[in-house]
Amino acid sequence: MSRESSQANRSREAQQEAEQTAARLAVALSSWEAVIGLEVHAQLRTRTKLFCACSTAFGAEPNSQVCPVCLGHPGVLPVPNREAVVLAVRMGLATGCAVRERSIWARKNYFYPDLPKNYQITQFDRPICEHGEVRFAVAAGPRSARLRRIHLEEDAGKSKHPEKAGETLSRIDLNRCGTPLIEIVSEPDLRGPEEAYAYLAALKEILEHTGVCDGNMEEGSLRCDANVSVRRRGETALGTRTELKNLNSFRFVEKAIIYEILRQIARLETGGTIEQETLLWEPALGRTRTMRSKEDAHDYRYFPEPDLPPLIVSPDWIAEIALALPELPEAKRARLRRAYGLGEGEVEILVRQPEVCDYFEQVVAGGGDSRLASVWVLTELVGHLNRLGRQITDSPVPVPEMVALLQRLAAGKLTGKLAKMALEEMVDTGSTAELVIQAHGWEVVSDDRAILQFIDAVIASNPAGVAEYRAGKDSNFRWLVGQVMKLSRGQVDPRRTEELLRQALADPDA
Amino acid sequence: MSDLLRLSASEIAAQVSRGGLRASAVIEAALARIAEVDPQVHAFLSLRAEPARRRAEEIDQRVRSGARVGSLAGVPVAVKDNLCDQDGSATCASRILERFRPSYSATALRRVEAEDAIVIGKTNLDEFAMGSSNENSAFGPTHNPWDLDRVPGGSSGGSAAAVAAGEAVLSLGSDTGGSVRQPAAFCGLVALKPQYGHLSRHGLVAFASSLDQIGPMARSARDCALLFNAVAGHDPRDATSLSRDPRIELAQLETLPDDLRLGVPRAWLGEGLDPEIRSAFEATCARFEACGAHLVDLELPDPRHAISTYYILANAEASSNLARFDGVRYGHRAEGVHDLHAMYERSRGEGFGPEVKRRILMGTFVLSSGYYEAFYAKAQAARRLLRRAFDQALETVHAILIPTAPTAAFRLGEKSGDPLAMYLSDIYTITSNLVGHPAVSFPAGATQEGLPIGMQLCGRAGDERTLLALVQAHEGRHDGVGAARSAASPVTGLLGRGPAGEGWR
Ligand SMILES: [Zn+2]
Repeated sequence: MSRESSQANRSREAQQEAEQTAARLAVALSSWEAVIGLEVHAQLRTRTKLFCACSTAFGAEPNSQVCPVCLGHPGVLPVPNREAVVLAVRMGLATGCAVRERSIWARKNYFYPDLPKNYQITQFDRPICEHGEVRFAVAAGPRSARLRRIHLEEDAGKSKHPEKAGETLSRIDLNRCGTPLIEIVSEPDLRGPEEAYAYLAALKEILEHTGVCDGNMEEGSLRCDANVSVRRRGETALGTRTELKNLNSFRFVEKAIIYEILRQIARLETGGTIEQETLLWEPALGRTRTMRSKEDAHDYRYFPEPDLPPLIVSPDWIAEIALALPELPEAKRARLRRAYGLGEGEVEILVRQPEVCDYFEQVVAGGGDSRLASVWVLTELVGHLNRLGRQITDSPVPVPEMVALLQRLAAGKLTGKLAKMALEEMVDTGSTAELVIQAHGWEVVSDDRAILQFIDAVIASNPAGVAEYRAGKDSNFRWLVGQVMKLSRGQVDPRRTEELLRQALADPDA
Repeated sequence: MSDLLRLSASEIAAQVSRGGLRASAVIEAALARIAEVDPQVHAFLSLRAEPARRRAEEIDQRVRSGARVGSLAGVPVAVKDNLCDQDGSATCASRILERFRPSYSATALRRVEAEDAIVIGKTNLDEFAMGSSNENSAFGPTHNPWDLDRVPGGSSGGSAAAVAAGEAVLSLGSDTGGSVRQPAAFCGLVALKPQYGHLSRHGLVAFASSLDQIGPMARSARDCALLFNAVAGHDPRDATSLSRDPRIELAQLETLPDDLRLGVPRAWLGEGLDPEIRSAFEATCARFEACGAHLVDLELPDPRHAISTYYILANAEASSNLARFDGVRYGHRAEGVHDLHAMYERSRGEGFGPEVKRRILMGTFVLSSGYYEAFYAKAQAARRLLRRAFDQALETVHAILIPTAPTAAFRLGEKSGDPLAMYLSDIYTITSNLVGHPAVSFPAGATQEGLPIGMQLCGRAGDERTLLALVQAHEGRHDGVGAARSAASPVTGLLGRGPAGEGWR
């Protein structure tokens, strides 16, 4: 068998398996209900760590972004990063949380080689944000999940265990140690893998949109744990839950939750019980394995961090952060639809690309027609920028020039074809609309006498074509319009040209 | 012993900056004194002889070239070895940090050096500052210069003994539950536990973060203020350091508040208080009355509650603070272990002494799930009540006068087998740490055996100035350890004529 066909077979098998799993899940969930809560760790987009001035850049040489503070040397003290607090509050406000004016740092104590102090500075019983909500949509309609809390904490380092000459070595990289995170904890409001997936996608979109987190799951900027339990439909009490860890992509989140729901239901239907335990998702095997049982659960001995005073966020500061909060994706979608009459596809592009959206809105605000602007910015300009590998924030065509171009187009002073040629030249040369149009003499001719000159010339030089039209061959009309356009090098106003040409052809004296 | 070492710090600095005295001469005198007596006293764990000589020469050079020098120019300072020194150590008198070399220097250390003081060495302490006698040092105890068979107090025993024996003129200690004040009392010195937040803890190896404060130790109120001024003040590296400037105008030490009122918690002067200390206390009260103070009886919470509160909170914090000493990145690592848990257990088992282990265990226990509410949370509530009671009392008086310790210096080995008896020697000092306010210990006489007795003033929030002004006023009416100086004990042999210079009262 060739390699291609074996690959094709494999993907066909995977497809079949996925369909079977979906069918089993649908059957299982007809009499059972899944109850899911997600704990999402998001790395804050700060330049420096939470309690020291070390860089948070990803991918540096191991242990090159460290200092006595994040190495946990004797005598060092943490000093909180103001920007991290701003981002945590921003996320709280973006999800409708109450922001606590006086939150408390706490120590979570456990020994681990990549945790230099052997405690993590986090927040425990008084987190910075509480009681929020995230809205999202699934196929069946809109949904929402309540947020229990958002708290600030520092990340640990990374342990690696490379094999060398048959021996397992232990290597620790502390670059990530002390990186600021927020942990976003939902209530158990999600009712299945689809909701979990959509919730996570909505959360990621808000995080990215507000600039709180870059949302990069591959680099570990966004990490997800899931608490999963099941109960028979109609029951209100929660079942025993298990915690799933190592869900490092959207697909893993979905697959692991499906696996765990089916496992729990199968166990309960055969008279078994669910152990409260922590499970690790093994993506290669497509199953979970026990990481910690309830008996092995850590006693973290939380207590208030004595090296840090309470974290005070004044109402004025909260107001300042709220003022700088960008419009949230859901609200933006609604507004773009309402204000500009845009379609779903255009709205999605604009929500996903805030800079393109800003440009678009500036063009409309500057006097550009919104329908025209959506086409000319989203398709034409973005197309040119992609060709040049440039960002819209670095566009060679500034907003006022785009407005000038679109206004000429709307006023009929420029045909679509001419406008395209003008835009291409504006992009390539950085010149203005006016200069490009003047240089080429691309001004649309809408003066009747000038148009009639072209029409007369075309009628005079195509007697056969004119005769056929007059004899009833209607299709010749478009051809004759084309001849006028060609003769005028596209400069005549097409609509007026059609009107005048019909009149001229109807006049037997011509 | 050279007469140079009998000079006060302010006099040394003044003479050095005028060129009348060479810093090098002061340092040579101190190093000679250390060579002479430290084999018996054992105040120092390490010396900085060569760097100190170089610093002294450099200061002398600057004076000759007419450049300005700092307020502590040429003054030899001893520093407790739980302050990080990037040119030296921070052993904390523990095996686990015996070979550790700090990668940076503590703010307090950098600030004394910025005032041109000369750090001559790092002093002995109870391991990780846990103890009241210096007997918990992994490197052997320090002896009290007044009586070599007795303890110098703790945990800053080395810093106290160094100044008392004339090996240094000033020293820095740290005070978590009385650790500069009780050794100052045992060795006849003035020592200040500043307001929490007035001195940066950056570079102080933490024992109990919410209680630790670095404290200056000296032979007089004025020298104590001079050293305090050099090191105090906000530090952006310590989030618990206060923003206000706490430094004291030295001229202000001459004036006492109008209508001076001192509180006396009579109920604290009962059981366990040595009669000699009690009579010295009454004499001290009389001297303050002679200064114009009005003494007021105060009701304060039973200090035994403070002891329980303190040992719960301090040990809880310590259990977490000391978790970082695990053999993974620095410090002692056990040899011949091949798995992680064995490495943790053996490294820590070999590295920590028995008192440190006892406190880590206690601290871990009181934070454990199921016990947190009964111990840690309750102790925190007790701390709040104590603070309120103290603040209320201090609305009516300028300071509270009590002994520093219930006894004078005890014999080596006398209490080392009985941790509870040892803990009780902190009974009068602990409250100020829990409350956070400043407190000062000062010499107020001697026992029949010629051992120094210390008294203590506990002040209002942030008010070190009144405390040191009171101590200076007291110095004007009393010559400190007094008769002890002439007693025919081994101490006086060691101290020569006794350090009876200007600053030594
Ligand atoms: Zn760092």
